[in-house]
Amino acid sequence: MIGSGAISSIAIALMKAKWRQTMVAAMGVMFGITMFVTLLSFMTGLNKMLDGLILNRTPHIRIYNEMKATIKQPIIRARVTETHFIHSIRPKSSFTNLRNSGAILRNLDNDKRVLAVTPRVSSQVFYSIGRTNFGGSLQGVDVLKEDKYFHLNDYITRGNLRDLVSVPNSIIIGKGIADLLLVDVGDQLDVKMPDGRVRSMKIVGFFQSGIKDIDKVLSYTSYKSLQTLMDVPSDHFTEIYVNLHDRSIAPAMALELADMFDTDTEDIVRANAQFETGTKIRSIISYSVGITLLIVAGFGIYNILNMLIYEKMDTIAILKAMGYSGSDVKRIFSIISVSIGLVEVLQV
Amino acid sequence: MSRILEVKGLSKTFIESDNMQVLYDVDMHVDKAEFVSIVGKSGCGKSTLLYILSTMDTMYEGEIILDGEKLSHRTQTELARIRNEKIGFVFQFHYLLNEFTALENVMLPAIKLNKFSKQEIENQAIERLKILDMHKEAHKKPNQLSGGQKQRVAIARALINSPKIIMADEPTGNLDQVNSEIVFGIFLELSTKFDQSLLVVTHDLEFASRTHRIIQMVDGRIV
Repeated sequence: MIGSGAISSIAIALMKAKWRQTMVAAMGVMFGITMFVTLLSFMTGLNKMLDGLILNRTPHIRIYNEMKATIKQPIIRARVTETHFIHSIRPKSSFTNLRNSGAILRNLDNDKRVLAVTPRVSSQVFYSIGRTNFGGSLQGVDVLKEDKYFHLNDYITRGNLRDLVSVPNSIIIGKGIADLLLVDVGDQLDVKMPDGRVRSMKIVGFFQSGIKDIDKVLSYTSYKSLQTLMDVPSDHFTEIYVNLHDRSIAPAMALELADMFDTDTEDIVRANAQFETGTKIRSIISYSVGITLLIVAGFGIYNILNMLIYEKMDTIAILKAMGYSGSDVKRIFSIISVSIGLVEVLQV
Repeated sequence: MSRILEVKGLSKTFIESDNMQVLYDVDMHVDKAEFVSIVGKSGCGKSTLLYILSTMDTMYEGEIILDGEKLSHRTQTELARIRNEKIGFVFQFHYLLNEFTALENVMLPAIKLNKFSKQEIENQAIERLKILDMHKEAHKKPNQLSGGQKQRVAIARALINSPKIIMADEPTGNLDQVNSEIVFGIFLELSTKFDQSLLVVTHDLEFASRTHRIIQMVDGRIV
């Protein structure tokens, strides 16, 4: 066996003689790999962005109380032998607030699986300016937490979410509402509750979710302002948003919470079934693009080396005639290939 | 005189082209310090014979003994070692590697042999080039040399590992009269002065007539 020093010096001499060709080969490979990395990063980034559009605004679990008829109607408890004439049962009209919300919040705050809990209160309202009225929905949120965990601030195009805390009786309205009512930041807007009470609120910002139907009806204020407006106690919440450390346990945990607190719950998977499918398809696309590129780049590298060796057939024959064995020749060309690979890695 | 190369009952058939037999039961030998030439018309099998003797072709019947070692049934790696140690080659075309200088080309077989340090190998290479009066050209690349000079560097390369035998295939085929004469002079000097055995395949009868012994081949047989 011959020293690897001698073998590598031969390999280096062969490469030096065709320095430009070696560099072009390395550049070609580099280009392939760069494109591969770029495209994959692009796909990953796109995936993350699209995921973010949904995930940032959707809680992992939403706890709420649906307006519905009691499942166990009193009539069921009556004796079977008697005949009833009661039909067309209607749901009872009442507040859809969560019962015992304080306890639910405390319980979730102590749960190790939970990253953040934020309560919301919402109400149907009428926005009115002058003689114009139109219906919408007002959400009272825990401003600081919403910003931190649901990135609400990302969708605010004018003003700042935190102004809801610093300015009393303030409101951030959807861009669509502002366009319809011809109001601007700093203006006063009258908000009419379903029971007829009116409160004048100061507009501190606009938000734009990108979904026009939402921007035309929805406004945000702090939950305290809304509770005062609705004249309800400070533990009156209509929804609780829960974010978990691990999103995948949301469906199971939603059922558990529904059972524990005797309320309705909705998890992110159920709320966004189309989102899961989209994510799956997008990752399939990015993987297939990645694999295709890798195969193309692989063939490129193979071809370059093939040509390199084909060009050096004479050299190989001479080396063999001088007594270099097949394995020596293989080692020489392996060194060349690996060097080209290394040069390319350094360039990337 | 000791036998350097001995061939007994060598036959060769090209199986892939309709079982064409090109060598029929060839017996021959080369002694130490003997300068032997093989002549014959093209197609008579002389190149095939040399190719087999050079260990590059292993598909044959018969026996070849080089310096007391049988060459049949050996692995490619062993044959490569034998080529490296015991046989020096000179071809019709010089076959120098253009990527290396003349000196480095001469050194290559010795680097493979790996018996001496790099410095010693370099000294030996310069010594060989001096015999051939090429030491002034040692650091030039082959494409800066003339045809005759290249062939002389190739001969120096064949000599570097002090082979038992030098095999040459039409060494003067590509050279003009003057350079042919120089190459012949070198070969003769190697054989008389350095006791080098030489086996030269040629169709130049004038060249052959001045060697020690001529082996004439006709249609795959020695006559």
